[in-house]
Amino acid sequence: MEIRENLRLALEGLRANKMRALLTMLGIIIGIGSVIGILTVGNGLSGSITGQLSDLGANNIQVYLRGKGSAQEMMGLSVGAGSMEDGDLLSDEMFDALMARYPDEVASIAPIELAGSAQVKEGKLYANVSLYGVNASYIPTMNVELLAGRALRDKDIVGMRNVCVVSEKLVNNMFGGDIWAALGQEIQLYQKDSVFTYVIVGVSKYEASVMAGMMSTASEKDMSTELYLPITNAQRITGHTPGLHEMVIMSAVEGLDGRDVATHIENFLNRYYKNNDDFMVQAMSMESMMDMVSSVMGTLSIAISVIAGISLLVGGIGVMNILLVSVTERTREIGIRKALGATNGNIRFQFVTESVIICVVGGVLGILFGTGLGLLGSSLLGELCGPTLSSIFLAFGFSMAIGVFFGYYPANKAASLDPIDALRYE
Amino acid sequence: MPNNIIQMRDIVKRFYIGKPNELEILHGFNLVVPQGEFLSIVGASGSGKSTLMNLLGALDRPTTGSYLLDGTAIEQAKDTELSAIRCRKVGFVFQNFNLIPRINALKNVELPMMYSGMGQRARTQKAKELMKLVEMDDRLDHQPNELSGGQKQRVAIARAMANDPAIILADEPTGALDSKTGRLVMDIFHTLNREQGKTIVLITHNRELAAETDRRITMRDGMLYEQ
Repeated sequence: MEIRENLRLALEGLRANKMRALLTMLGIIIGIGSVIGILTVGNGLSGSITGQLSDLGANNIQVYLRGKGSAQEMMGLSVGAGSMEDGDLLSDEMFDALMARYPDEVASIAPIELAGSAQVKEGKLYANVSLYGVNASYIPTMNVELLAGRALRDKDIVGMRNVCVVSEKLVNNMFGGDIWAALGQEIQLYQKDSVFTYVIVGVSKYEASVMAGMMSTASEKDMSTELYLPITNAQRITGHTPGLHEMVIMSAVEGLDGRDVATHIENFLNRYYKNNDDFMVQAMSMESMMDMVSSVMGTLSIAISVIAGISLLVGGIGVMNILLVSVTERTREIGIRKALGATNGNIRFQFVTESVIICVVGGVLGILFGTGLGLLGSSLLGELCGPTLSSIFLAFGFSMAIGVFFGYYPANKAASLDPIDALRYE
Repeated sequence: MPNNIIQMRDIVKRFYIGKPNELEILHGFNLVVPQGEFLSIVGASGSGKSTLMNLLGALDRPTTGSYLLDGTAIEQAKDTELSAIRCRKVGFVFQNFNLIPRINALKNVELPMMYSGMGQRARTQKAKELMKLVEMDDRLDHQPNELSGGQKQRVAIARAMANDPAIILADEPTGALDSKTGRLVMDIFHTLNREQGKTIVLITHNRELAAETDRRITMRDGMLYEQ
């Protein structure tokens, strides 16, 4: 019965002093709100990254060369460590040997030759592209979705044909979005002083990438998209030796743990690099990349929680401060209550209830504020998601605990007032 | 032979304002109040009236001496026990009313019953009856600052009666009222004393009011004298 009276009294107190209550709760609101908001955005971000990674093919393993230097090893730097000679690169022969050794584990091998960016032009129309030199395995391995036409074939690669697969977005820019009309069309690729003529044989689906959208300041129309051409052609453009590669995407056979397959690949290929002073092979499976993403997110969450903890501490001290003021203001009331028979416990309970109410109301406002923040932030990242139920309960419980913890000292001060002095207090 | 509600023996109260300065306010008196008596204690300011009132109301303990209030020994009671004694055996009526702001008249009357653990429904009903007794049943929802002085004091009397206390302790109850409303308040005390047999201790410096009571005691320099 007493708790109901206390709750009513505390809520009425908040209503009577709205501004003061709001300022008192601000620390709690900001603390709880930022935790909920940032955790929500983090969930959205990690969901969207994991989604994108698995879209690229859940069985994929990236194989690349990295420097052997201890500093680079420690920092996990990948490509670009020192200058690579032909003797340092991965070769088709190594891949053949790998395939022969692990036929039941490695499903496909798709080397990539990045041939820089280029522009497709036709009169006033243009589209920016990145040139990806690939073999016939690449498009199925990377789950590139074709909307029309076909993927590149072995014949295209071996024959070094001038054919390419372009993205839907290029079709939008150049052919008014008609993917069927685009098939078989010739396009002119301009790169520095060179011009190449290619025939479109396939159109791939275009998906706006969250990361690219965040990194790039280019407008939607200028955004660069992938253009796939035979790797043999790409190597002619870059001037690299045919049959040697810096980066490869492989895929594990369905049902196997990518991490194990990646280890086998790494160990097998590194035998070729035993005597290489500068480079070694690293193979990273999609699983371990996702592990990395979630561990980064985990670290981020801990860091944010620490900051939020500090802000909640400050908020709690604010609540304690205002309660101390309130105890002084209401000294006479405390005296009257004691004269009417309230025990020290009754008085303590009344003020702790008040503190808990302030913190819980602040916590609820913070949860609402944080949910709004999270919805806004995650929708900007393209992956709308709300706070998890557990984080809401946690925030609620936490604000309650803050109320008890920081309310106890002022409440105890109120409880230990001498009734005679308190009654006489002006 | 009537039952004695208050039995005070050799009451001494000293205050220690830092050693070695000790101040003796009450010097060892006896006081016996039988059940149903309307007693007045008169004294100039500084005579020790307030200290006596605090002792009578179980807000404080005597330094030495014994005090039995309705059969309960006060001098050795712990704080929690004193709270319970104040709650059930004493009804305070103060000069400046001492209603709690922000809660309405009815809730003020309910307070002592809340602290004595009475259920919500029962205490609301009892509080309404008490408000009717002091003819304030048309002001149940009023906040204290919406009431006149006389009305506040009537609410305070209803509150003092809440737990059917053994004594009502009234400290200058008419001191802040004009003579007409003061008269009204005194009439309520007389009614309570006559019709319900309440034991009432009235502390005042007004000799006219004291003259209306059954027995008058004067306090001078920390000692009590019968008139």
